[in-house]
Amino acid sequence: MKPIIRGRAYILGDNIDTDQIIPAHYLTLNPAIPEEYRQLGRHALAGVPEAEGGLPKGHIPFHDPQTGQSSYNILIAGRNFGCGSSREHAPIALNAAGVEAIVAEFYARIFFRNAVNGGYLIPMESPQRLCEEIRTGDELEIHIREALLVNHTTGDRWKLKPLGEIAPILEAGGLFAYARQTGMLRS
Amino acid sequence: MGMTITEKILAKAAGKSSVAVGDTVWVEADILMTHDVCGPGTIGVFYEQFGRNARVWDPDKVVIIPDHYIFTADQKAHRNVDILRQFVREQGIRHYYDPDFLHGDGMPTPYRDPTKTSYKGVCHIALPEEGHTRPGEVLFGTDSHTCTAGAFGEFATGIGNTEAGFVLGTGKLWLKVPATMRFIFEGTLPEWLMAKDLILAVIGEIGCDGATYQAMEFAGEGVLSLNIEERMTLCNMVIEAGGKNGVIAPDDKTLEYVRSRNRSGKAFEPVFNDADARFVYEKVFDVRRLEPVVAKPHSPDNRAAVSEVKGTRLDRAYIGSCTGGKLTDFKAAARILHGRSVRIDTFIVPATTEIEGALKTEKYNGQTLEEIFLSAGARLGSASCAACLGGPSDTFGRLNAPLTCISATNRNFPGRMGHKEAQVFLASPLTVAASAVAGCIADPRDFLQ
Repeated sequence: MKPIIRGRAYILGDNIDTDQIIPAHYLTLNPAIPEEYRQLGRHALAGVPEAEGGLPKGHIPFHDPQTGQSSYNILIAGRNFGCGSSREHAPIALNAAGVEAIVAEFYARIFFRNAVNGGYLIPMESPQRLCEEIRTGDELEIHIREALLVNHTTGDRWKLKPLGEIAPILEAGGLFAYARQTGMLRS
Repeated sequence: MGMTITEKILAKAAGKSSVAVGDTVWVEADILMTHDVCGPGTIGVFYEQFGRNARVWDPDKVVIIPDHYIFTADQKAHRNVDILRQFVREQGIRHYYDPDFLHGDGMPTPYRDPTKTSYKGVCHIALPEEGHTRPGEVLFGTDSHTCTAGAFGEFATGIGNTEAGFVLGTGKLWLKVPATMRFIFEGTLPEWLMAKDLILAVIGEIGCDGATYQAMEFAGEGVLSLNIEERMTLCNMVIEAGGKNGVIAPDDKTLEYVRSRNRSGKAFEPVFNDADARFVYEKVFDVRRLEPVVAKPHSPDNRAAVSEVKGTRLDRAYIGSCTGGKLTDFKAAARILHGRSVRIDTFIVPATTEIEGALKTEKYNGQTLEEIFLSAGARLGSASCAACLGGPSDTFGRLNAPLTCISATNRNFPGRMGHKEAQVFLASPLTVAASAVAGCIADPRDFLQ
């Protein structure tokens, strides 16, 4: 796990469900096949209505049309991020698009577990409603262990919630690595 | 201190005499279920992590039910079913329900007789029908609606591919013990109200994040008077409030259903709340005072009484899925559709082949349900998840244009049933049937005389 994540913010609202993160017609892609894993990245956030993608203005494309990847590696969202289905394609699509961390008020539990157990990205929680404080394109820096978010564009600094008991799983790189480190699984 | 049903099941599965809310425990799985959408990824994780020659922890505890993308010409969807087929062969998994009519390219031609195929259809309904749900057990499934099986007094929850790959190899998974919220329904339901109305009322009350990380228990006369399928509808939608699992204490109806289906004869032990069990929240509903409700676009918690939205113009009606595609749902719809015609495109999709077969034999007022639906002008699809979650563009009933649809399914987030600008209202099968006949949102009370 990187101690500091730097990059540009892409802002979303509340209840971004897994159908918005990766619409169901892309679920025929099998993430166990590397090329299909990459393809999922090209469709990340394809289900978000245009007006709600890249707040506060909206209508900001998430992907760079040249690379098929996103130049926004930090998502800032409101409440209940990742609600809906159990599809692990959701954190995989975000990871494959280049997202390294999300800061939301809180997460739906299956998405949260998938993000952590698969080691795809770091799901941080904020006590404040940062999706109304930060703008798409702002330059951010997240200090993971210190649970601190710095907005270099505005100079704001926000205290986030510490990762707590999931930190060792993320530090290890996911559920399997963690289980091997702790002796649950033979290495 | 006393424990709830959920706490007791998790304690037993963790090999402990007791657990407390917030404890992180490693629990043993009784059943792991997967399907064609998440199975291939899960199998990939399993072989990558445990090695190409790895064996699953117990092939008789793995249940694989292809159900999502079956009636499509999509080649990758067919390829994914082939991955499941190869895996069950390699691992000697017996509980596999193959779409035996699916081979090669193009849109498959379905079975002529739904009772003569190994294919089952929607996993959450197939699991109990095939005897894989028992009180007191722990069921993990790679699908968020795995919580449906809480209706049998077991702990059932949805997990991802990585977790399921881990369970395949070890039979274990870490869980945090959830607090339990309790919803008590007093009184028995009037004939125009269904379990779907109750759960939409609950989700509207607490919000689509109101039960995040928590268990939701349903109790009271209103719940115990429901049949098993209706209880499944209640537990099915706890995920729409963010719930980790839904649960209903087993009673005679539960035991009768489970015993009649439990082909393996596996012993089970029903679990009940201790008298001093603690609940983090309690809410009492008087069902005699509830009205039919809908969830308006674009969230299952966007509750409105049918009377508030009556007359809203519609393009389409849909009755199907793990939520609204059970025999009870179709019997309800038939009460309204019998002798009437639909005014809008109406799609009927049974959850399983068993239910599909029953549509041909179950009668209402001398006609089979199938005859009633066809003579009303509805279109009948084959057992599958179908348009509930959109799926490939050739999926039966999928919203390929920005239409307004009333649906007996479970989710109405943007794009859920296909088109991003489509508007989906969620409602009971009775309300959907009434609306199909009226051509706009209608109150089932106006049709049940």
